[in-house]
Amino acid sequence: MEVWVSIIISVCAASTPLLLAATGELVVERSGVLNLGVEGMMIIGAVTGFSVAQVTGNPYLGALAAVAAGAFFSLLFAFLTLTLVANQVATGLALTILGLGLSGMIGEGFVGQPGIKMQALEIPLLSDIPVFGKLLFGQDLIFYLSIALVFGVSWFLFRTRAGLMLRSVGDSHTSAHALGINVIRIRYLAVLFGGACSGLAGAYLSLVYVPQWVEGMTAGRGWIALALVVFASWRPARLLVGAYLFGAVTIAQFHAQATGIAIPAQFLTSLPYIATIVVLVLIARNRRATIINTPASLGKPFVPDH
Amino acid sequence: MKKTLFALAASAAVLFAGQAMADGHAKTKACFIYIGPTGDFGWTYQHDEGRKAVEAAFGDKVETAFLENVPESAEAQRPIEAFARNGCNIIFTTSFNYMDPTNKAAKKFPDVKFEHATGFKRESPNVSTYSSKFYQGRYVQGQIAAKMSKTGVAGYIASFPIPEVVRGINAFILGAQSVNPDFKLKVVWVSTWFDPPKEADAAKALIDQGVDIITQHTDSTAAMQVASERGIKAFGQASDMIKFGPETQLTSIIDDWAPYYVKRVKAVMDGTWEQVDVWHGMADGNVVMAPYTNMPDDVAKMAADTEAKIKSGEFEPFTGPVTKQDGSEWLKKGEKADIGTLLGMNFYVKGVDDKLPQ
Amino acid sequence: MRLELQKRPQSSKALAYLSPFIALGLTLVAGAIMFTLLGKNPATALYTYFVEPLFDPWARDQIILKATPLILIAVGLAVCFRSGNWNIGAEGQYLFGGMVGAMIPIYFNDWQSPLLLPMMMLMGMIGGALYGYIPAILKSRFGTNEILTSLMLVYVAQQLVDWLVRVPWRNPQGMGFPGTKSFNESAVLPDLMAGGDAHYGAVFAILAAVLMWFMLSKTLKGFEVTVLGQSPRAGRFAGFSARQMTVFAFCLSGALAGLAGIAEVSGSVEKLDDKLSLGYGFSAIIVAFLGRLNPLGIIAAGFILALSYIGGESAQIMLGISDRATRVFQGMLLFFVLACDTFIHYRVRFIPTPNKVNA
Repeated sequence: MEVWVSIIISVCAASTPLLLAATGELVVERSGVLNLGVEGMMIIGAVTGFSVAQVTGNPYLGALAAVAAGAFFSLLFAFLTLTLVANQVATGLALTILGLGLSGMIGEGFVGQPGIKMQALEIPLLSDIPVFGKLLFGQDLIFYLSIALVFGVSWFLFRTRAGLMLRSVGDSHTSAHALGINVIRIRYLAVLFGGACSGLAGAYLSLVYVPQWVEGMTAGRGWIALALVVFASWRPARLLVGAYLFGAVTIAQFHAQATGIAIPAQFLTSLPYIATIVVLVLIARNRRATIINTPASLGKPFVPDH
Repeated sequence: MKKTLFALAASAAVLFAGQAMADGHAKTKACFIYIGPTGDFGWTYQHDEGRKAVEAAFGDKVETAFLENVPESAEAQRPIEAFARNGCNIIFTTSFNYMDPTNKAAKKFPDVKFEHATGFKRESPNVSTYSSKFYQGRYVQGQIAAKMSKTGVAGYIASFPIPEVVRGINAFILGAQSVNPDFKLKVVWVSTWFDPPKEADAAKALIDQGVDIITQHTDSTAAMQVASERGIKAFGQASDMIKFGPETQLTSIIDDWAPYYVKRVKAVMDGTWEQVDVWHGMADGNVVMAPYTNMPDDVAKMAADTEAKIKSGEFEPFTGPVTKQDGSEWLKKGEKADIGTLLGMNFYVKGVDDKLPQ
Repeated sequence: MRLELQKRPQSSKALAYLSPFIALGLTLVAGAIMFTLLGKNPATALYTYFVEPLFDPWARDQIILKATPLILIAVGLAVCFRSGNWNIGAEGQYLFGGMVGAMIPIYFNDWQSPLLLPMMMLMGMIGGALYGYIPAILKSRFGTNEILTSLMLVYVAQQLVDWLVRVPWRNPQGMGFPGTKSFNESAVLPDLMAGGDAHYGAVFAILAAVLMWFMLSKTLKGFEVTVLGQSPRAGRFAGFSARQMTVFAFCLSGALAGLAGIAEVSGSVEKLDDKLSLGYGFSAIIVAFLGRLNPLGIIAAGFILALSYIGGESAQIMLGISDRATRVFQGMLLFFVLACDTFIHYRVRFIPTPNKVNA
């Protein structure tokens, strides 16, 4: 039993950064913007989080700084694509390239230092309950935040007026604009939120997952988060399922090896990507469900006529 | 405009100075090609320590330069040649797959000395190869693991199924079996030299599979950190990783390249450089064990004894009787493995709980 | 103060030609600031980066070598992007093409024939096209997002090639290290100049760029690409099929990426190994945009980006500027290019706003 608990906790750790970044991107895409720069914002978050934690000695300040840095970095994307209506695909890519280079420069002085790990919050009494105690009440703060965020975003999108406005902007910016909604402002806010989430996801990697700074340590997780959003067909609840499925596959491949199941490692490594493609095809075939959820204006530039 | 012109002149001067050094005998220039960042705290870090030792040893008489993150492919050709053209007198290429580019460049620049780590091709007289017998340290680690483990199973995070790595795994299990004949070893292949989150995942999976000692042939400190969190013991890799696991690290194999690098640069200065093919081990000071920590005194003593025996040449890890994984005999009692088999090792010995990826 | 965009009645021709240069200029200025912050003399640094390699025949040869795959891939991407198909997975098509093209020398290592090289190049193109066909058919059949599928396929191709060169195709004399046997001479693409490293792939790149330029600007197919890219609806009225265009564009860009892959394998690496993927497929996206999706512009853009790699290396050797600076450079360049593009289509006006508490 103990073993299963610790395996599940490993899965939680593998899933949390994906879930965080994907939740942010989901809001961005719901507003009709496609930001492919998740990887870049994550790595900026990772390096900021780590360096601030090293300097201040406080991992929570580090995480906070990572949130701010992610949001600030996404502002670059917002300005280009929203104000200057630059191509979103290319701008997102530029954000990733820039983020990877910039983070390497910022982090140069922090390479090879043992970091300060954000400790798990052991809630007294509750975390001592056998099995479930550790799982539910003995994890780190960012893990709880990631779960809360999914439900919060779900509630926001489907239960609040602001959420309705955001969705309507994503569905048709022209009609939203005609209704007097400030399309650009809403999209700016959405992009900033996405950046903040990605920043936190990055901080999770460098403060919880492996408390150290390593160049390029996001290792493609930002791209997986992007795929997850589509995988979830833009529904937060499905995102939760998707992220944990992905995390489980990641961990399972090592268990398969350790138990002596002889499958080429390369096949196992590529499995999550193949799975994503299959799911993308499956959800795309289910036209009706997809059309209902896909933001119709996704990736299309909007220029208000005055 | 004036400023720009000045800058142009300045950089031209820099260029000129670079060339003057190449044939002016004023300074010897030693250059290094690295596969990773100098701060990986593993493989590349140790080579860079070697470079610093060269600087410390010769002061003003040498100049060093390095390039980080050079991909292990035909791409490496260009930076190696760029070094040769920039007045480097000796160039160290520090990863296996720089083999072909190093040899190609050596043919084009017969006056420059090339030193290729872990390779075996020496196609022109100005190429040397050098490597270290890290497996000697692995044997010692295996013995410690068998003494320290309660479950009788250790976990091994492996990078790629190349002879270097397979040799390490085999030496480890032989060492462990010399203490506990039933000792088992679980191996997980991560297909990377350096990906901390992935190495951490592999470490967690191994621990959940019941191992209580972790050893690794990947370059980051992530596994050490995971082991430390989970309260089990682990071995460091390539450098002393004690500060990543003060209560976790049992010992670490430290690659000490400094003696070799200093010797070779000196040879270039004296004009006595000659082609060599060296495979140094503990006896030469190239494979160093970090202090034996977090273990009872008797275990530390056993490890130190074995280390001393290997150093003095009294004992070699690959000495018979050794049985291969498939049950066939590899080495008869007292027989020592030949270098060719060791260099191309592509099979497991008995006791490894894994199928070697082919 | 806020910014307001006004669509120009007609895109500015002058700006269309000027904008890449303005972007380059801005990148240089930003780069100079960056070097100053790093404590380096900006003029020396920029000179080392962008001028010095041009005067060195050896460096020029290296620039050509580096520009070859970038241009080949980018001209294909230009067609793709212009038609409104977002192929982000050129890296995968490059790998797959390299792998398929390498099959002949791998399985028939001793075979020597003047037909060998053309066959390898052709196989490489077919391989790349087939791999590009996957996201295309998924998009046109099922409406799957091609950005994501093409990207996921990059990872799959990387793992596939990795497995091939480690297991079935591994050189038995290679001491267990990944990589196939080296090809024999007749499977190696000849060098452009004796003693140099740049190979005939560079000629393919220029040819491909000119051909694509001709197709885009002088043929009906090119017109179809542009119309469908700008307005799929208008394209439908004109009787063009967006679905067929998706397949066409992906296969074409896949084929060119595949050609880049096999040219690199045959001309430069001379065997298939696990280090073929160096991110050319992604860098080519920068090249495509820097060249304003115009094949002739892409030739220039490819050389500029190649120059930044080679210059970056000499900056690392001579000035100790780390290789991260090169990536920051490339990211900034793409940003400025994209920003400057705006001014071609829009007039930007600054409108002062009266001070409000809640702006």
